[in-house]
Amino acid sequence: MHSLGYRANALLTFAVTILALMCGMASLSDNFNSPSPSAQVQVLNINWFQKQPNSNDEVSMTLNISADLQSLFTWNTKQVFVFLAAEYETPKHSLIQISLWDGIIPSKEHAKFWIHTSNKYRFIDQGSNLRGKEYNLTMHWHVMPKTGKMFADKIVMQGYRLPEEYR
Amino acid sequence: MGWVADTVRSISSIQLRQVFSQFITLGLIAASALVIWKGLICVSGSESPLVVVISGSMEPGFRRGDILFLHMGKNPIRAGDIVVYNIDGKDIPIVHRVIEVRERQNTEETYILTKGDNNPLDDRVMYNPGQKWLQNHHIMGRAVGFLPYVGWATIIMTDMPILKYTLIGALGLLVLTKKE
Repeated sequence: MHSLGYRANALLTFAVTILALMCGMASLSDNFNSPSPSAQVQVLNINWFQKQPNSNDEVSMTLNISADLQSLFTWNTKQVFVFLAAEYETPKHSLIQISLWDGIIPSKEHAKFWIHTSNKYRFIDQGSNLRGKEYNLTMHWHVMPKTGKMFADKIVMQGYRLPEEYR
Repeated sequence: MGWVADTVRSISSIQLRQVFSQFITLGLIAASALVIWKGLICVSGSESPLVVVISGSMEPGFRRGDILFLHMGKNPIRAGDIVVYNIDGKDIPIVHRVIEVRERQNTEETYILTKGDNNPLDDRVMYNPGQKWLQNHHIMGRAVGFLPYVGWATIIMTDMPILKYTLIGALGLLVLTKKE
């Protein structure tokens, strides 16, 4: 009954139970955090706007992105993945989301940032729907925890419009 | 001499009963593991509710050896979701992030492009030749939770099958030879 094997087994079971409980509690504690992030995006310039030979529209733009995501960080946060997506509709598609820029924020100190960049991923429409197209820019973030449940949310910024003519 | 035969018979019947009960214990352990796994499949709506990360393409978010909990859910796949997908004809599922979504009007069909956070390029090079998009049937689940390091046990056992069989054999023997 009180052999070494039994004691080792009991100790291991107890240790694993406590560890699992602590992981669960760390993940649950994230729910007490009510973040209030903010973001602004300006389209500074349309660098070029063309119709490709296969008749897809492609646009390149310069963006000014500023955001304060510090309130997303808790003690159980490993990193925050943030990306900016252009979202629009066409007669054929009920929703198109295209990621234009993304970044990984490793810590709270880096969570208030300001960046001046052209789009990191190509903004291509499968068709020629982009002239004069109204679109939203949406800032999405995914909070990756040290352990437990992942969180995601977004800020939608409306009222952006592409030019009527290619340039 | 009659009592000797009686004793032998009683001892052998006890041992037989013990052997039976130990086999039943072993069967119970295997069955409950199966019940838990199938229950998880039912709750999560994904055919493999747990996956172990085996590549570094999502670092530093997910490292090799981390376990992801998948959930299918009714919500459509959107940009930013971390999905597990399986390319037709390949058996290794891949965990990457959705960076582009094109949802067709009326048909409910969604075209998805993925990329690993740590990869410089999107995943078109990993899809089948000529395949430009993933569709709903490629997606096995969406990652909703995360547990670090625990998956190493699986990785080590897959890399060293001998260890796996020794462990299973030893555990089986232990259960079978256990004396109440």
